[in-house]
Formats: sequence, C-alpha cells, structure tokens
Amino acid sequence: MSDDIYREIILDHYRNPRNKGKLPDADVSIHDSNPLCGDEIDIHLKVEGDKIKDIRFEGRGCAISQASASMLTEMVAGKPLTSVKDLTKDNILENIGLMNLGPARIKCALLSLKVLKLGMVKYYADKDPASAKKLQDDSKVL
Amino acid sequence: MMQKGALNVEKIRADFPILQRKVSGGKPLVYLDNAATTQKPLVVIDAIRDYYMNYNSNIHRAVHQLAEEATIAFERTREMVAKFINAKSTEEIIFTRNATEALNLIAYSWGRANVKKDDKIVITEIEHHSNIVPWQILTTEKGAQLEYIGVDDNGYLKMQEYKSHLDSNKVKLVSVTHMSNVLGTIVPVNDIIKMSHEEGVPVLIDGAQSVPHMPVDVQKMDCDFMAFSAHKMLGPTGVGILYVKRDILEKMPPFIGGGDMIKEVHKYETRYNDLPYKFEGGTPNIADVIGFGAAVDYLNNLGMDKVREHEIELTKYAIDRITGVKGVTLYGPHNTQDRGGVVSFNIGDIHPHDLATIMNDHGVAIRSGHHCAQVLMERLDVAATSRASFYIYNTKQEIDTLIVALEEARRLFKI
Repeated sequence: MSDDIYREIILDHYRNPRNKGKLPDADVSIHDSNPLCGDEIDIHLKVEGDKIKDIRFEGRGCAISQASASMLTEMVAGKPLTSVKDLTKDNILENIGLMNLGPARIKCALLSLKVLKLGMVKYYADKDPASAKKLQDDSKVL
Repeated sequence: MMQKGALNVEKIRADFPILQRKVSGGKPLVYLDNAATTQKPLVVIDAIRDYYMNYNSNIHRAVHQLAEEATIAFERTREMVAKFINAKSTEEIIFTRNATEALNLIAYSWGRANVKKDDKIVITEIEHHSNIVPWQILTTEKGAQLEYIGVDDNGYLKMQEYKSHLDSNKVKLVSVTHMSNVLGTIVPVNDIIKMSHEEGVPVLIDGAQSVPHMPVDVQKMDCDFMAFSAHKMLGPTGVGILYVKRDILEKMPPFIGGGDMIKEVHKYETRYNDLPYKFEGGTPNIADVIGFGAAVDYLNNLGMDKVREHEIELTKYAIDRITGVKGVTLYGPHNTQDRGGVVSFNIGDIHPHDLATIMNDHGVAIRSGHHCAQVLMERLDVAATSRASFYIYNTKQEIDTLIVALEEARRLFKI
C-alpha cells in the first residue's frame, strides 16, 4: 500500500514543490486547513482574460497534501478558468496517481483542490454569482 | 511469548477481545494509541451489556427493583473511583461526559464565581487544548489574564517561573497537567501545589494521562481539583470524572440545571441537591459509569504500581530502540522516571501522517498530528509529531514491529 503511495514522483513534488511561494500581484489569495491533521494550503491566483496566468501555493503538511498541491498548480497553470472550474475529485486522484486512498488520507489529497475552488468562489463572487455558488457547493463535498 | 516483568501480559491480552483482530490485510493489531483511548477488557463490555440486558433503568428516583439495582451499581462506581484516587468521600466525585467537560465545569462554575477583572490564571505550554480553551473563554469574558509557564528544550516545565507569577497576588488558579500527552513529562505537581498553596492559590490537575498509568492520591497530592477520563483507563467513552475538595465544592454554583440536581423546584426558585448530585444535572451515562466500575476493578486487581512499572520498562525499551533509528528526533525527557509511556518523535522530513500510514500497513496504530496541543507544537517548532503510547497489554515485540515499520518508512522516503 505505502509502496504505491510514496512513489518517486510524490516524493519529488513533496521535496521539490513546483510553483511554491507568494504571488505579490495575485487577484485572489485563499487559505484553508484540514483541522483533523493540520495540513495547510494557501493558493494565490493571477487571472488574465479567461485564463489562470499564474498560480502559487504555500503550505505545510504531509507528502500527499503538499505533492498534490504542487501537481495541481502544474495542471492548471495557463488553463482557462472554465476547464479548471469543473475539476473533480477523480481528476485530482488521477493526476497524482492515487486512486485507492482511504478516507483518512483522501482529504489530504483533495485539500488543494478545495482551496482552489474556494479561491475561484472569491474570484467569481461578483462577476458570476451562479458559478460562485456552484463552486462553493462543489468545495463542500471535497 | 511469556514476558517476564511487572505484569503477566499474556494473561492480560487474553482479556481484550479486540487484540485478536487482524488489520491491514491480516496483520495482528499493534495498538499503540493508548494516550488517545485504551482498549476495553471483556469484563467492561459485559458489565455494560449486563446492565442493558438485566436491569436497565433510570437511577436515583424510581422505587422499583430495577431502579434500585441500577442506582446501587452506578453509585458503586463512584465509591470505587473515590477509593482509587483516595478522595475523602464520594461527595467529592462528580461524573461528567469526559475530562474536557470536567475542566469546563470548573471554568464555568468555580471560575465565573471567583475570577474577576485583572485576575490571572496560570497554565503551561504543555497543556492539552481542553486545559487551555476553557480558560481563554473565562479570562476573555472576565477581562482577566491567561499566563503560561514555559517548557524547556528537554520537556521539563520551567518551575522557577511559578514563583514570579505567584508573587503577583493576582493569580486565582493554577491549572496544570500531571503528565504531558505529547512529551510524556510527569510534572512535579506536589511542588507546584505546595508553592501555590503557600500563596493561597488553588490548583487544578489534569489527570487524564496520569490517573490511568500510575498510583494517584489526591489527598497526599493535596490538589483542589482533578479531572480525568474513564476511556483512557479501560473504561467506556462518555464518562469523565471530576474531583473537587469538599469545602470548595460546597461553595460552587451549579453547572447544568435540570433534573437530578435539585431538591425542590418552585416557580421562581430552586433548592439544589446535595453533593455531588448538584453538579450532575440530567440522566447521566448510567451504563458506561457501571462499565467503568469494572475497569477500575480490573486495574485494582493488577495494582497501579505494577502498571507503572510495566510502562517504565516498555518506555525505556521503546526510547532505546527508536533513538537507535537513523534520523529520529525524540521529544521529551529521556529519563523514564520523569516520564510516562508516551513517546513522541519525528524522523527526517517524513510528515507524521505519512509515517502513520506506513505504520498502518504493518498493523501498527500510532497517533500523528498536533495531539490537541498546538501551543506546545508551536513551542517545539514542529507542525506535528508521531506518538506511540503504551498500556498494560503492550509488549516489547510490538515495539519491535514499530521499529520494522520505521525502517520501512526510511526506505520508502530514502532517508
């Protein structure tokens, strides 16, 4: 089981996170944590037109939460918001290659997606309340 | 697998059905999360079942036979608990939902009546959240101050700091854990109580981690309040115990108003019940209090001196073996006389949750996280630790399994 989880790529993203740090001219910054285990993620977004121009994350926690966040930033950078908006739990688990996480650890893997969705809620709040509401609802089940 | 030592562990293990369980695809369960909750011997499970099967009834009121039997069984636990910690009388023993509620009862009832603006409450950096948050609520409400005794890098409280705090004449309460649930440090409560009493300050002891693991005598210790939990000492969840010295308890206003805590209720006034019932509003957790009685019996039969001796031996072995693994940082005192069977550590850059996942593959249940002690985590400058904690049924072989899992974690993370 652990052999499947702690593969080279997960350890690489854990120890050498991509897109980690602050984004001084971010349009949206958002923070959330998992109170059960204390994993923390901040996501900063710079949006241009309908695309995510730049994304950074900050955080601390287990290898799964931090690697997942790092891999998520690579996945969405430069992508149109409309495609990012509809990302699902399974998209993330496929992205990190961990389809069989137990309920205790799946929260770790999904924390960054939850934070990203909450960030987009903030971004859409005035521009597109319907999308904001959908994202808010989506984030609740993560 | 007969183990020479203070306890006949093989015999003890046979009393715990859950220890026969296999986990993680057929591995024997190695349960090392006893500081969170302990397993229950069959006698405890049977006592609860017996109550529901044979004499389920509400207590203290009805005159029928079942009520009488239930009341006797319920109050028998109170007598046993009083004896177990050597309280002067059963009137000083209050049942709550858990140790947290017991601590909150003091903050709510005693605290609100006695703490005023600019008064101080002194706690420590090693407290569990349940001995921090109630005092934050109280001091915020009253405009009082919350102050902390520090902990040094070896996990010992900075005892000299008590003196300067107590000298201020503003301290209304000293509240401190008897044993850290993270570092395992056994706090010199006798010295703290003596120092505080010299300044006329009462002391509350959080005994959640000590009462289950060593002999505790509240009269000898001379603490004014003590809180602990049944489920951390073989008993069921849902039962906490609060000890309060009688002269203090007599002056305390009630906690939860309702049935059972009253003598007479009129339209605009109530005469409260005698001690300890005045503090036990509503139907209590009858079944689990009765089950807890069986747990106290079980521990009495083993002898708390023997329990402590067994844990010292296991802890010494665990510390020796864990510190022998490359890359390990151990937290808390190394001297087993100064600590209980709670061993917190980190290894390399492996996050404790990842380590706990790897341990789980080997059937080893440890705790990982901040252990409800985030103030201490900040002081240690770590986000989380891994924690193994022992009890009467644990063996050195189980610690060997933990070491195997630890080496596996090193391999996976290439440390």
